[in-house]
Amino acid sequence: MNAAVGSPLLEVEDLRVRFTTPTLDLTAVDGVSFRIEAGEVFGLVGESGCGKTVTCRALIRLFGGSPPSAIGGAVRFAGRDLAALDDGAWSALRGSEISMIFQDPMTSLNPTMRVGTQIAEVLQRHRGLTAREARAAAIEMLASVGVSAAERRHLDYPHAFSGGMRQRVLIAIALACRPKLLIADEPTTALDVTVQDQILKLILTLRNDTGMSVLLVTHDIGVIAQTCDRVAVMYAGNIVESGTTAEVVKRPAHPYTRALLAALPAHTRRGDKLRPIDGEPPNLAAPPAGCRFHPRCSFAVSACREVVPPAIEVEAGHRCACLRAGEIG
Amino acid sequence: MSAAVSESSGAPAAQPAAPLLSAHGLGRRFEVAGGASVLPRRRGGRFLQALRDVSLELAPGETLGIVGESGCGKSTLARCLSGIDTPDEGSIRWQGQPMAAGSTPLQRARRVQMVFQDPYASLNPRMSLAQTLGEVLQVHALAATRGERADRVDELLLTVGLAPRLKHHLPHALSGGQRQRISIARALAVGPQVLIADEPVSALDASIQAQIINLLEELRERLGIAFVFISHDLNVVRHISDRIAVMYLGQVVECAATDALFDHPAHPYTRALLAAIPQTDPSRRSLVPALAGELPDPTAPPAGCSFSTRCPWVVDACRAQEPALLEQAPGHAVRCSNAAARSGGTLDSVPASQGESRVPAR
Repeated sequence: MNAAVGSPLLEVEDLRVRFTTPTLDLTAVDGVSFRIEAGEVFGLVGESGCGKTVTCRALIRLFGGSPPSAIGGAVRFAGRDLAALDDGAWSALRGSEISMIFQDPMTSLNPTMRVGTQIAEVLQRHRGLTAREARAAAIEMLASVGVSAAERRHLDYPHAFSGGMRQRVLIAIALACRPKLLIADEPTTALDVTVQDQILKLILTLRNDTGMSVLLVTHDIGVIAQTCDRVAVMYAGNIVESGTTAEVVKRPAHPYTRALLAALPAHTRRGDKLRPIDGEPPNLAAPPAGCRFHPRCSFAVSACREVVPPAIEVEAGHRCACLRAGEIG
Repeated sequence: MSAAVSESSGAPAAQPAAPLLSAHGLGRRFEVAGGASVLPRRRGGRFLQALRDVSLELAPGETLGIVGESGCGKSTLARCLSGIDTPDEGSIRWQGQPMAAGSTPLQRARRVQMVFQDPYASLNPRMSLAQTLGEVLQVHALAATRGERADRVDELLLTVGLAPRLKHHLPHALSGGQRQRISIARALAVGPQVLIADEPVSALDASIQAQIINLLEELRERLGIAFVFISHDLNVVRHISDRIAVMYLGQVVECAATDALFDHPAHPYTRALLAAIPQTDPSRRSLVPALAGELPDPTAPPAGCSFSTRCPWVVDACRAQEPALLEQAPGHAVRCSNAAARSGGTLDSVPASQGESRVPAR
């Protein structure tokens, strides 16, 4: 599905998102660049607070109650510059060409509306269907995401659905208008492992059927390995490594990626000690100078404390922002 | 490593060394209200059976892992074992004797302690670390003087890898990993023999998670504490446990030594659970979910085997009679009456669960 013909579907160049409050000034996303091809599942992986959710929200300009004070950089989607869009154009784009599903399926649905109505609403708004057409399409969408007895269950309210079924409903809403890009922010984190497995495979099946692109955000490298074509690893507001999933997971180049993989129990023999990463992620209001990972990095040399490492290509399509990437491989 | 081979349920006391902590046929049910509590109840008397006939044993120094998905009863089990909740049926024994016999609640609290999932919610936000730990020492009269108490607090902080200078901080000033260390220190303050950890690392990031797991393992080696480690993360449970019990809809469906369970899972649910773990090897992918369908309504569990509604191996006999938890090999107990299902093979040959209306019809 990676046939990269012409320009990519989404191109993010030097994205910066800054939040300012009277007591705080931090840049949650600091110079993030990546591209997603048509039909590709692209993963963004990192620990809490690394800026992966803020990156997603900046792409779709949805920040809820706490908007950032400044968004910098360029985002091109299907050849258009998203920075130039006004509010009306954004409203037309969101939900029709770019959709998003959120982490918590329990709170993302309106508890006072029937689920069928919540799906139909999108179709009426973006595709101009009549109420009757929209309802029929909503039932079809519900069935296509694996909700059994959809012609009956579209009349139910969200409380009657389990977590996994609610996430299916959210996917149905997100995909109702056949978006070109689905942004999924930790879509399975709140779900059990067998339900997570069902939902991830559903997303992959729908990608294969419709050819949409997916931006999948998660903290779980296992989820990335099982679903994504390419992946970018984020740390403290930067992308530190990116490449195809197989390369990044099997031959990680950045010390953070290596440490993150090594810390997993699955990568440790039973009886051996786990290898945690010492210390904690930095405070983004005062990030360390030079490479942001250097205080926790076992490969750090004095240059790492001063020079911000540029992303260099270690293999074709495999980039890594580490001064010592070449030596430590 | 203990070689605790569990006799399956039932007969306590007969063996020479009685297990440290054991549960015998535990049942716990909760009444489910028919709507919001301010409204008149529409359907009174509906019960959710959170635990059904759960029997377990824990040997001194052993780590027993409990896995299962939301709603399988693993937290209720933890609360019953730790004495926070009381089972409706069955009994909990301490060294072969009934738990309550001849002991005060404080004595029981000094035997079994608990660490909770959410390090943000399980610490009082208005008490400093020294106050939180000091309170435990005071209630249990474990330090005679203020000075002794202060020394003990420092010692506890060091035990869990925190600098004693942090003791005047409030919980909000700490990171998630540090808070979980405090929860562990609080549990250790009374010198328990059993520590029940209910999802102690699920709220933490992978790099911090590894720190806490290493800490728990160090404590186990140093203090000889037995652990009940509850988690939905099978990789974590596999790493830390000597034995593992798998729960589904309030029952233990399989219980075995860790390697036996992962190498030769016998219950179809265990096999599905293992197959659903996201592997970090990207070359092993499939589009077929490991398990189809949804968890049945726990207030109306299926007749017969509780997994029969989703089991690819189901036969009529499964729906007719509830299978018992039987030992199929020494120390390996399975609640499945279908021999074909039990011998269904290892991880690689999990049958694709067809049927049901799961796969989108396209």
